[in-house]
Amino acid sequence: MPNKINIVQAVQQALQNEMALDPTVVVYGEDVGVEGGVFRATVGLQQEFGEDRSFDTPLAESAIVGSAVGMAINGFKPVVEMQFMGFIYPAFNQIISHVARYRNRTRGQRHLPMVIRAPYGGGIRALEHHSESTEAMFAHIPGLKVVIPSTPYDAKGLLIAAIRDPDPVLFLEPKRIYRAFRQEVPEEAYTLPIGKAKIVKEGDELTVVTWGAMVPDVQKAVSNIDDISVEVIDLRTISPMDRETIVASVEKTGRILIVHEAAKSFGAGAEIMAIVNEKAFLSLEAPPTRLTGFDTIFPLPRGEEHYIPTPARIEAKIRELAAY
Amino acid sequence: MQFEKFNPLEDEMIQVMDETGEIVDPDLLPELSDEELLKLYHTMRRSRAIDSVALNLQRQGRMLTYAPNLGQEAAQVGTGFALKETDWGVPAFRELGMWLSKGWTVDKILQYWYGSEWGSHHGDDIRLLPVSVPISSQYQHAVGIGMATRLRGEKDVVMAYTGDGGTSQGDFHEALNFAGVYKTPTVFVIQNNQYAISVPRVMQTASKNYAVKALAYGMPGILVDGNDIFAMVAISRWAVEYARENGPVLIEAYTFRMGAHTTSDDPTKYRTDEDVEPWIAKDPMIRFEKYLINKGLLKEDEIEPLIEQFEDEVMAAYRSIEHSSDTEIDEIFKYHYAEMTPQLQDQLDEYLAYLKGADSNAQ
Repeated sequence: MPNKINIVQAVQQALQNEMALDPTVVVYGEDVGVEGGVFRATVGLQQEFGEDRSFDTPLAESAIVGSAVGMAINGFKPVVEMQFMGFIYPAFNQIISHVARYRNRTRGQRHLPMVIRAPYGGGIRALEHHSESTEAMFAHIPGLKVVIPSTPYDAKGLLIAAIRDPDPVLFLEPKRIYRAFRQEVPEEAYTLPIGKAKIVKEGDELTVVTWGAMVPDVQKAVSNIDDISVEVIDLRTISPMDRETIVASVEKTGRILIVHEAAKSFGAGAEIMAIVNEKAFLSLEAPPTRLTGFDTIFPLPRGEEHYIPTPARIEAKIRELAAY
Repeated sequence: MQFEKFNPLEDEMIQVMDETGEIVDPDLLPELSDEELLKLYHTMRRSRAIDSVALNLQRQGRMLTYAPNLGQEAAQVGTGFALKETDWGVPAFRELGMWLSKGWTVDKILQYWYGSEWGSHHGDDIRLLPVSVPISSQYQHAVGIGMATRLRGEKDVVMAYTGDGGTSQGDFHEALNFAGVYKTPTVFVIQNNQYAISVPRVMQTASKNYAVKALAYGMPGILVDGNDIFAMVAISRWAVEYARENGPVLIEAYTFRMGAHTTSDDPTKYRTDEDVEPWIAKDPMIRFEKYLINKGLLKEDEIEPLIEQFEDEVMAAYRSIEHSSDTEIDEIFKYHYAEMTPQLQDQLDEYLAYLKGADSNAQ
């Protein structure tokens, strides 16, 4: 029977595969156990693996992440869920002060094989604090890896890679496209390399770098463009960033547009522009350009359609940049 | 379980030996062999010797910022003494007496305070976490270690430390709450040394004492004379076994920081001689020495030579790391991930190339 699943099912399947293969993998967080998560990303795990391996916690993000530090020190591979990225901030101290630092602090004696999962991004007509895209804040932290998949296949392979990674990984799931489409995915466990971008579509006149829920929007925009040869790169890992793929593409195309959902200033797009300027300056035929969320607080649902760049805006920006 | 029903709301403190070295509660006097008594005493004296040498070195510019433990030796040594080798110690940053009990060696301790990450590489067999500077954040790690222990069906206990100021942190609440829910084998120790840098107890909490906070989390909370080594050993031994079999316990060790918060602090700005005066007589070392002398285990004239011997040992340990602990450049980059990222490799290479160029220009 074909295993055609969406992103949230791919997340669940990755967890299920790894829990079956590795008894030290435990999955916990708010509503994660009995209910199987508010997005059902952990559904069935408690039934299959028992209350010791998949369980609910008190409503306390700092303790969820902080206790995972202790569990990782003491022989487990915890995969903890932050219910929404907007609720990760109580755990920020643990993440920046301990999760990212333990290996260096102890000169390699203690390291933390743990994963923090969080649904991120807007466009689901949610309440305040449920639409955040603050990946850049975490990508700025030395010692942390930040991964964002955009397809079921990548979500499963990258999450399994994150669980097996000896270092902590923040795994951000684009909830706007959790159930947007299905894809044929191997039922068994497999990994994809963290730190490697994917060329979604080859082209030689203009590069678009994007990630997460913006990937299908960019693809949609590009499908309307016959007269410009656009290369689309799905970044997949925000940190450590795959500079090689970006630079090689820009050396070929001479033009780069970065599309992200997060606020513009100091975002991951700024880092990509810096890399291009440092490594591919002489290949540039136009200024590196960004199309992003505004430097505003994410609007409540009746205004959110203006915030996230739409395929139409992406198409317009591509045409503008190609004509520079 | 004699202390399970201890009621901290009555605000009475457990004391076994008073300031004069008299045993005031013989029923609670822990069973200790002569050898164990001397081990406790020597560990307290070693702690004080490390403080004394480190403070001297700091004044000479040969040590960096240092957090002294003077006056808190019984609270630290007594709790650490109750742990088995397989039990865990999770410190804040002022637990020297416990570190010694858990096997963090003097040279490594000094290496840490003298600015090298290698000091926190304790060795694989030592169940002790490194110093945790963000206040009370380490309480969460202690809970997680205990959750792991419970999941494996093991019986190891985790002793976690914070101070009176640390009880005001959100992490203190979250950790105790988690521990209560999951019944983790955690002994939470509050070293109440009366000051969070300059802020006194009255500005920290309106609770009757710190031990009462345990009641809200469904765990026993015991208020103990932290300057009484016998009370600390008795309660710690009980707490460790209680945690091993049942779940978390909170101990408030009522003590006094006789020195500065760190060498960067000037206590005269926030407390007077009159504040300190009553605590001089309560020094945990004085009463323990009186007891040992009365018992014939120690002679008055042995104390000074012992202090000298320990200080010489500390100085020798310091000399072994004074020059050898400078950080190799690649070590700054090497330990962030199992494998260095291309970004880190580039930054290291660029810096090394700069240094090489600067070096050849200088020649």
